[in-house]
Amino acid sequence: MVKTPPEAYLSKGLSHEEFDEICRLLGREPSPTELGMFSVQWSEHCSYKRSRAVLSYFSQYKKAIEGEGLENAGVVPIGDGLGVVMKVESHNHPSAVEPYQGAATGVGGIIRDILTMGARPIALLNSLRFGPIRKGEASDEVVRRNRYLFDHVVAGIAGYGNCVGVPTVAGEVVFHPRYGGNPLVNAMCVGIVALESVTTAAAAGPGNPVLYLGSSTGRDGIHGASFASETLDEDSEAKRPNVQIGDPFAGKLLIEATLEALATGAIQSIQDMGAAGLTCSTTEMSAKGSVGMEIDLDRVPAREPGMSAYDLMLSESQERMLCVTHPGREGEVIEIFEKWGLHARVVGEVTAGPRLVVTRFSRKEVDVESKAMTDGCPVQNLAIEEPEYYRRATAFSIDGLDHPGANDSLLRLLAAPSLASKRWVFEQFDQQVQTQTALVAGAGDAAVIAPRGTRRGLALKIDGNARYVYFDPYVGGLLAVCEAARNVACVGARPTALTDGLNYGDPTRPHVYWQFERSVRGLADAAEALALPVVSGNVSFFNESELGEILPTPMVGMLGVLEEAERRVGSSLGPDMEIGVLEYPRTVGPQRGLGAGSYLAEVLGIEDGRPEAPDLPGEKRLAESLVALVAAGTILAAHDVSDGGLATCLAEMAIGAGIGLEAEVVSRGCVESSLFGEFPGVVLVGYRRGEESRVRSSLAPGIDFRRIGSANGSGVFRITENGTTRVDLRVSKLVEAWTRAIPDAILAESPGA
Amino acid sequence: MKVAVVRFPGSNCDQDAFHSLREDLGVQAEYVWYEETDLSDYQAVFLPGGFSYGDYLRCGAMAARAPVMDEVRRFAREGRPVIGSCNGFQVLCEAGILPGALMRNTSEKFVCRDVWIEAQTKRSPWTSQVDRPLQIPVAHGEGRYVCGSDGLKKLQDKDQIAFRYVGESGNPNGSEFDIAGVLNLEGNVLGLMPHPERATKPILGSSDGLMILFGLKLVAAG
Repeated sequence: MVKTPPEAYLSKGLSHEEFDEICRLLGREPSPTELGMFSVQWSEHCSYKRSRAVLSYFSQYKKAIEGEGLENAGVVPIGDGLGVVMKVESHNHPSAVEPYQGAATGVGGIIRDILTMGARPIALLNSLRFGPIRKGEASDEVVRRNRYLFDHVVAGIAGYGNCVGVPTVAGEVVFHPRYGGNPLVNAMCVGIVALESVTTAAAAGPGNPVLYLGSSTGRDGIHGASFASETLDEDSEAKRPNVQIGDPFAGKLLIEATLEALATGAIQSIQDMGAAGLTCSTTEMSAKGSVGMEIDLDRVPAREPGMSAYDLMLSESQERMLCVTHPGREGEVIEIFEKWGLHARVVGEVTAGPRLVVTRFSRKEVDVESKAMTDGCPVQNLAIEEPEYYRRATAFSIDGLDHPGANDSLLRLLAAPSLASKRWVFEQFDQQVQTQTALVAGAGDAAVIAPRGTRRGLALKIDGNARYVYFDPYVGGLLAVCEAARNVACVGARPTALTDGLNYGDPTRPHVYWQFERSVRGLADAAEALALPVVSGNVSFFNESELGEILPTPMVGMLGVLEEAERRVGSSLGPDMEIGVLEYPRTVGPQRGLGAGSYLAEVLGIEDGRPEAPDLPGEKRLAESLVALVAAGTILAAHDVSDGGLATCLAEMAIGAGIGLEAEVVSRGCVESSLFGEFPGVVLVGYRRGEESRVRSSLAPGIDFRRIGSANGSGVFRITENGTTRVDLRVSKLVEAWTRAIPDAILAESPGA
Repeated sequence: MKVAVVRFPGSNCDQDAFHSLREDLGVQAEYVWYEETDLSDYQAVFLPGGFSYGDYLRCGAMAARAPVMDEVRRFAREGRPVIGSCNGFQVLCEAGILPGALMRNTSEKFVCRDVWIEAQTKRSPWTSQVDRPLQIPVAHGEGRYVCGSDGLKKLQDKDQIAFRYVGESGNPNGSEFDIAGVLNLEGNVLGLMPHPERATKPILGSSDGLMILFGLKLVAAG
């Protein structure tokens, strides 16, 4: 065999050491196709070679990699014989260069991951980050680009999700200069499955046929996974052809055909063709089942003739899956797929193992032990270093700052694109298809799905505050889990399980790896304390560009379960409601809730300081209290106090109903802290007049409740603190600031045009 | 009384219609595959929303030429009830069963939200029970109804406008004359952009869609 020149593997992202290891595992040099396959399976996207050690902080992950594998650990039983599966997937790099298709295929891919567990996809969520979209917050060129990315990512999510018939029920969008060159597009899918119908991806049964399902294979998306595992630069634009093209129509047919085929019982195992399609599905399915596979690429439906083994194995054409059927039952699957107008073709068979053998034009192109590709990648131990900025943030003082008045501050916060109404976004998503949506995006702190076949409801939320994580990764990690849990509790659901989407810069920089390690420790500790299994996750590194690295951005996707979906509450106040605050006792830190907060950033233009830490046992009792209050029908609205503090969140509750209110807030040492301080574990609730004692009767020990005011029909929003009126504004002004911010930015004349 | 819920490849509100009709309205409903050529077992047809054939050509244009449509045409001619919502409305227009066409929303964006609609005539089974504005969601990218000024006059003269968008929620797509739904000449065929099958019980936020779907029961009784 010809000796492989180093540029052949270096250009695919493999190091000298990794190449040597491949040769050692094979006992020879790899063929070009094998080299391509190794480069994908050993990319960070597939191998987690740089993150595995840290991910094992999640106890469920640790158990899974040491034992049976992750897939079955991912099903959350919710009662009535039903289980929920959920997962987040990042499509950051494809979306940076081709936002519409990058976002669309992200949605398609995560739907198929859920589908191949035998579950019907019932909800989509998304978590998005872009650079600033308001003129003056970056160079004209960058602002223009950010608007373009935002507009097209949202359209891409809508284009796929709406057509495929899965409602997009919740999400979040945050704007910050650090995402200017590298937006984040994380899509989450939730599915529901009868527990006895959960399917496996572990191939079994030598002699069983291996079937290729779905769309034909073209040359699109080759090396997408390797692309996702490197840093974006000026050459990235040239990688547009690396981005896959989505076909939501085929995706919809694939959902229906797959569920119909699974119901026959003919399918033994099934997996999505995700990163590097045929490569990951054949290697992972055979490795998981400790079997081998023989694949004849001449039988793969190809979009053009003459495609090489390399092209076919590395293509990321969308809407394809691989399955193994029980002996003699392939005809049942083929018939169903043909009815839906899709390919289903036998392309090989399971062998006793352990080798994956792939032929093309009757020539053996691949002959490798599957587990060498899936498990053989050397784990990298990366250097960690606590950065200087972290130590400085502790010393940050809030004394001597120059504050504008509270009225102005509140309006500025409401009009900040990160805090403003996301109606412009979510109205582009079909939120109701499948007719199970009991609370839509924007109407409550979490969306609620009421699945057919149970009285229970599923509360869903995806959330993350990267500024907290940047300034204090450990506390930021704790806060991410606590806030998402509080959000589902606010609609009345018991926090039940979570999934994560972990987005960071280049992990070979010691401070980035420190951000990663510390924040995952925070996520894991909070999940442990709140007894929440982390059922799945996704890691995305190398999110940086010539504009710098992103803020460390772990996102938490939370599932909560309501005993009765009908009981869920939204976050809008009604005209006659009393307003109260629930919280646990706390010691206020020296930065009094302003450190790393929205008030400093959006009003004063300062990003510094440390976020307030949550009290984990307090969070647990707070969630229990909220669940009891909603179940008893005592509270009629609830809203977690988060970005922008109490005044901002009170305003959001008033805006929802378009009414007025009068409230007296507790002093936290200074006006700005009392109104805009971000203290975790504070929830605003609406309840009927005179029912304070009823509210108290549902509280867990250690949770304080106090009435702070009442809603009224005056159309005026008034907050007093320390006996002085601090905020006095027409609700219509709040509404205008909050609802106009994003449409105005998008529709504004292109800067510099 | 049995309603045929037609499934085209890419329909995605077929299951919603099926469940709403059976569980919330209380009529028999069954799925019918787009290749079916005999609907004689059924008394009414529901053409659901979605993206038939991906809407890769004009919305509804491919489905309008599917084998099952000959039977739908016969139903329309014979005065049996046919209702098409969203993509189903687009199919009925493309098939020439209803007048007019549905174009891209003026916003150029997909829009999903609750709207209010008001019945404009009492002469059809779909509107005869509707005596107040109804709150029903829309979810479409191409729902701007156009029929030209002559077409509009004809619709008005023949009393073929079934529903118009009203109230603060306004006209979500820029439809001419705020038209949300139209009837054929005889009034037995209704096409509308809002989704009545998505508003059939309180947990979905509104039950107003039942007032339209009730037309199916009325016909059965009549």
